[in-house]
Amino acid sequence: MMDRAASSTLGDARARPPGWRGVADDWSSDQRAFKNVSWGKVMMWIFLLSDTFIFSCFLLSYMTVRMSTTAPWPNPSEVFALEIGGKPIPLILIAIMTFILISSSGTMAMAVNFGYRRERRTTALLMLATAAFGASFVGMQAFEWTKLIGEGVRPWGNPWGAYQFGSSFFMITGFHGTHVTIGVIFLLIMAHKVWRGDFDRERRGFFTSRKGHYEIVEITGLYWHFVDLVWVFIFAFFYLW
Amino acid sequence: MVDVVRGAGGLVPAAEVEDVELYHPKSWLTKYVFCQDAKVIAIQYSLTATAIGLVALVLSWLMRLQLAFPGYFSFIQAENYYQFITMHGMIMVIYLLTALFLGGFGNYLIPLMVGARDMVFPYVNMLSYWIYLLAVLVLVSSFFVPGGPTGAGWTLYPPQAILSGTPGRDWGIIVMLVSLILFIIGFTMGGLNYVVTVLQGRARGMTLMRLPLTVWGIFTATVMALLAFPALFVGAVMMLFDRLLGTSFFMPSLVELGQRSQYGGGSPILWQHLFWFFGHPEVYIVALPAFGIVSDLISTHARKNIFGYRMMVWAIVGIGALSFVVWAHHMYVSGMNPNFGFFFATTTLIIAIPTALKVYNWVLTLWRGDIHLTVPMLFALAFIVTFVNGGLTGLFLGNVVVDVPLSGTMFVVAHFHMVMGVAPILVVFGGIYHWYPKVTGRMLDDTLGRLHFWVTFLGAYAIFFPMHYLGLQGVPRRYYELGQTAFIPPSVATLNVFITVAALIVGAAQMVFLFNLVRSLSHGKEAGGNPWNATTLEWQTPQTPPAHGNWGKELPVVYRWAYDYSVPGADRDFVPQNQPAIVRSA
Ligand code: HEM
Ligand SMILES: [Cu+2]
Repeated sequence: MMDRAASSTLGDARARPPGWRGVADDWSSDQRAFKNVSWGKVMMWIFLLSDTFIFSCFLLSYMTVRMSTTAPWPNPSEVFALEIGGKPIPLILIAIMTFILISSSGTMAMAVNFGYRRERRTTALLMLATAAFGASFVGMQAFEWTKLIGEGVRPWGNPWGAYQFGSSFFMITGFHGTHVTIGVIFLLIMAHKVWRGDFDRERRGFFTSRKGHYEIVEITGLYWHFVDLVWVFIFAFFYLW
Repeated sequence: MVDVVRGAGGLVPAAEVEDVELYHPKSWLTKYVFCQDAKVIAIQYSLTATAIGLVALVLSWLMRLQLAFPGYFSFIQAENYYQFITMHGMIMVIYLLTALFLGGFGNYLIPLMVGARDMVFPYVNMLSYWIYLLAVLVLVSSFFVPGGPTGAGWTLYPPQAILSGTPGRDWGIIVMLVSLILFIIGFTMGGLNYVVTVLQGRARGMTLMRLPLTVWGIFTATVMALLAFPALFVGAVMMLFDRLLGTSFFMPSLVELGQRSQYGGGSPILWQHLFWFFGHPEVYIVALPAFGIVSDLISTHARKNIFGYRMMVWAIVGIGALSFVVWAHHMYVSGMNPNFGFFFATTTLIIAIPTALKVYNWVLTLWRGDIHLTVPMLFALAFIVTFVNGGLTGLFLGNVVVDVPLSGTMFVVAHFHMVMGVAPILVVFGGIYHWYPKVTGRMLDDTLGRLHFWVTFLGAYAIFFPMHYLGLQGVPRRYYELGQTAFIPPSVATLNVFITVAALIVGAAQMVFLFNLVRSLSHGKEAGGNPWNATTLEWQTPQTPPAHGNWGKELPVVYRWAYDYSVPGADRDFVPQNQPAIVRSA
């Protein structure tokens, strides 16, 4: 009268029944569900999953109000154009911003690599470069906001049509920009720690009193790539639609 | 690949995770106040939740007094009644039940039950509590701001939530939204911890399929909360902007006090979708931990293994997943596309399958068990009855044609109080009677416990059963008074008095419970380490109450599932999870 779960003692932890049962047993295996993945990394992944839901809700809400409003939606190619050499070039600023953010993912990936090779200075410099890219992205966003505000765009209205244009624009880019800013701050702090050699000496954290490891560079990287990826969606849904 | 080493009682896999270094408090402040021990955090969470829950309880008395004796109480005006409803509903669902099950029970039980020293990131876990406390304080402050708390109903539907005419429109609604946002941030910090601890921080031998169902329930509920709260977060941010910046996310063009408002083009239904995408899973966020805890209480106090453990696990996971695709059954009358109603009615009824399966399994667990009618067991049994009750009316309301006339009546109030009010609260009580001896080292008083149980259980039925009838009579919910409504028979007034008296008696019984909690701290019977002869790890700690780090020097090793009760051939009627294999002579 014993369930299988009861009788499958530790006999041989590698033994698995065939079929789906084996799949389930693999996933529910001893001590850790994800082998060789540290706590911090799992935690970041799950946080990002939750954050994905936040951004999805923002984007879906934006699409909903864009459909519910009866006023015309301003034309993004005109609104987001810059006057260069007397000619309006659509989406030029946003193209540069996107390019910069994607490049920053490249430097971040290199930083992770050099971190694991324990090349402390190169890692720190690459992280600083990433942070600089991020900061310039936020800077350009501030420029774009200023320009639009100058043209009369407000969260509650704008000269060209649906109120929801300004509301969604400021809310979504603002929320994303906040993510980038937090990322930049975090990168700076971590770059400082890497530079100081905290992770070579396993120096303990001030608040947590846990030993630091180079893995934190990778975890920061996960966040950073996520923020980049989200931008691609915002770019597609807000500027290209 | 897993290396296998030979231990005392058979083959034990090698440790995959380094033993953690605990945070050692540096001062009085970090030891008792900003404490990083999950058990202390659990108690802080529970006490805060109980305190704010008492506010919600008092509000329910005030509402009941008004409904029974309309016009007698000059301090309950129509606006106040709406404010009471709103605060009562919101506090009960979010600040009491969610916080108590996940922050309270979750923090205490997860590390102990999976055989860990603490949550994986104790510092973040601690922050979670303090942000929760802040959220509660912000919420409480809304009683003191000009205009008082919001009276928009706990669903906070726009446009009325932010239009003048709704009580608390000036400050209350802002404070409420800010508090919700804080709650979500704080919860996320804790929630990430619970999930990672279960996934990655278990003791040797503790496979997921050996976890007690309590952990499965809390774990699944936490994952759901991490995916459902984002919708509320986004909705709250947007409503805050509508209110503060004058954006029109949820606000259509409308006329307010004879003037065209500044809003236009928004979608009120959007809020309903966001709210219920959170709101329905929320029902299961408080139900799944209850399911899990009840399974363990029943198995322990009936001295029998849980029937169909694997099925129970899959049912929990299945219910969790399904509950993300049923939300619009709250919106049948909202004016959404009627085709949605068909889809959501179908999914809603499908959820009944895994739920019914769980009920059958509980009954089969009890079947021919050695049932000890202890106080926790009484509460667990009461839960099953109550949950079935509320679930059945849920089947009514899940069907569009039945729901249309019933929605907005007291029938709905009766339904959700049964299924997500009374039922989970009964489990909270059961859980407290069950684990109090572990937390404090002393038993709660049995006689007072039984008194508390019977008054609460029977009283809850006296309160909520008649409400079904009221609903069928057409008595609307959220009505401050019925006045001269022609279709409502006079017997309704009599019933309302009866319900109110019952509510006050039930309220008094809770004071008995609180008294018991406090008195037993010093006067309770010494409990010893394992008063219920239970198998799960939390009862096998070297000290009771468990010390910081839970296990002393050596982490426990797990050799079996959590339900080895009355195993034939064993010398006791329970075999703890950390006891090596019994050698049976052939
Ligand atoms: C002593 C126990 C309780 C009593 C006497 C009580 C009484 C009431 C009353 C009178 C209402 C307002 C009905 C109306 O006019 O529409 C109400 C609403 C509500 N209650 Fe309770 N309640 C109790 C416990 C709970 C619990 C434990 C929960 C937890 C889930 C809960 C959740 C709610 C919710 C969500 C609402 C709806 C608020 C709204 O309409 O916006 N209640 N309750
Ligand atoms: Cu629902």
